Amino acid sequence: MSATMQDANVHAGAGANGGDAPQPRPQVSAFRLIATLGVAGAVAGGLIVTVFQWAEPRILHHQAQAIAQAVDEVLQGPDRTETLFVWDGALVAAPPAGVDTLQLDRVWAGYDGSGNRVGFAIIGGEAGFQDIILVMFGYDPVTSRLMGMRILDSKETPGLGDKIFKDEVFVDQFRTAQVPMVPTKPGAGTGDPREVDTITGATISARTVINIINNRIARMTPLLETVGGGP
Amino acid sequence: MRATTAQQDLIRGIWRENPVLVQLLGLCPALAVTNTVANGLAMSIATFFVMLGSSIFVSLLRKYIPGEVRISAYILIIATFVTLVDLLLAAIVPEIHRALGAFIALIVVNCMILSRQEAFAARRTVGRSILDATGTGIGFTIAMVMLSGIREVLGNGTFLGYSVLGPHFEPWIIMILPPGGFFTLGVLMLVLAWWTQRKVRRPQPRQWRHQVVIRETAVAGGGD
Repeated sequence: MSATMQDANVHAGAGANGGDAPQPRPQVSAFRLIATLGVAGAVAGGLIVTVFQWAEPRILHHQAQAIAQAVDEVLQGPDRTETLFVWDGALVAAPPAGVDTLQLDRVWAGYDGSGNRVGFAIIGGEAGFQDIILVMFGYDPVTSRLMGMRILDSKETPGLGDKIFKDEVFVDQFRTAQVPMVPTKPGAGTGDPREVDTITGATISARTVINIINNRIARMTPLLETVGGGP
Repeated sequence: MRATTAQQDLIRGIWRENPVLVQLLGLCPALAVTNTVANGLAMSIATFFVMLGSSIFVSLLRKYIPGEVRISAYILIIATFVTLVDLLLAAIVPEIHRALGAFIALIVVNCMILSRQEAFAARRTVGRSILDATGTGIGFTIAMVMLSGIREVLGNGTFLGYSVLGPHFEPWIIMILPPGGFFTLGVLMLVLAWWTQRKVRRPQPRQWRHQVVIRETAVAGGGD
């Protein structure tokens, strides 16, 4: 036993006897120490696994619900949507059996009542002012225009950076903007449909949203061209 | 160890030994997530659940945990309850879970919880430990609601999301930013210290005046 451990035992003994002469506590075997922590770890692990098995389907359900609402919003209420997975350099509705689809990059195609495709909902994320900003946007590759934008996750500064999802004027610009978008100082636009006004006091966050969408569309365009069934 | 009654165990942590305002424990979540009352309340409830569960288990197992590994064992118990809270919040209230972010996981290192295990639950019965955890949890909640209430009202013009200062109020953005947390905590502690000092000083002038009056009367009487 080390000197430090002996000291600790002496202190513990003194406390237990309420001020009597310090008496060292009996030495505890290394096996008992390991066994105590081992059993405690096993019980804790079992408890966590049990609760995880109960919680996981509910967590996945909430995530799917949030994604479905966002897809509906950025594609302006399509009649039907189809999930497509990025697999082997193309977008496919059903990847080969055995592939975990949760690990694959996804886009959602929206269709109107006549079965015509109205656009794609795409997710992208990059570092903003505080942390990663996760964006979903609707995009029509035929007209090269956006259909809507929704921030899925953001930790930008309250009152400033969070205007990227609280400022309706900023958000509404993404319902008609043409890509590639050009960030513009508020009030300094020339009427070009590619111009998107940034937010005073939240320029970095606003520019990040624009960059995320521009970069993601540049990457996804070759894949979107592989999808049939367009208008 | 000083003997206390069950009633003292319950009420001590609520105000007189408030964990945040008096003992200055658990300041990380108190400053980080109190930008809205909803976040402050959710963090308080999560912390209370972890503290209560940990206290029960530490008290139950206190005779079986060797002193040499007690801190490791306490951390293991606390971490288990934090993981359970994290999963339950994500499954039941995903919006709150997203708002609290990484701070749920950081409850593991909240020194307020570990201090109650080491100082109380490891030496007392389960019943007393439950009372102590409940009192400390209520005290933590009171401090969190005070902090978050002031910050949300001044920083956003709302309380629990309801507008209280009208549409013409210009929010003090700094109050919901990190400096606003430090500023509010400092002001609260200043007011609390002033209040405590005021209570301590109050009886002294009365005794002094009383003695002066007696002396003056004696002198006056002697003169006649």
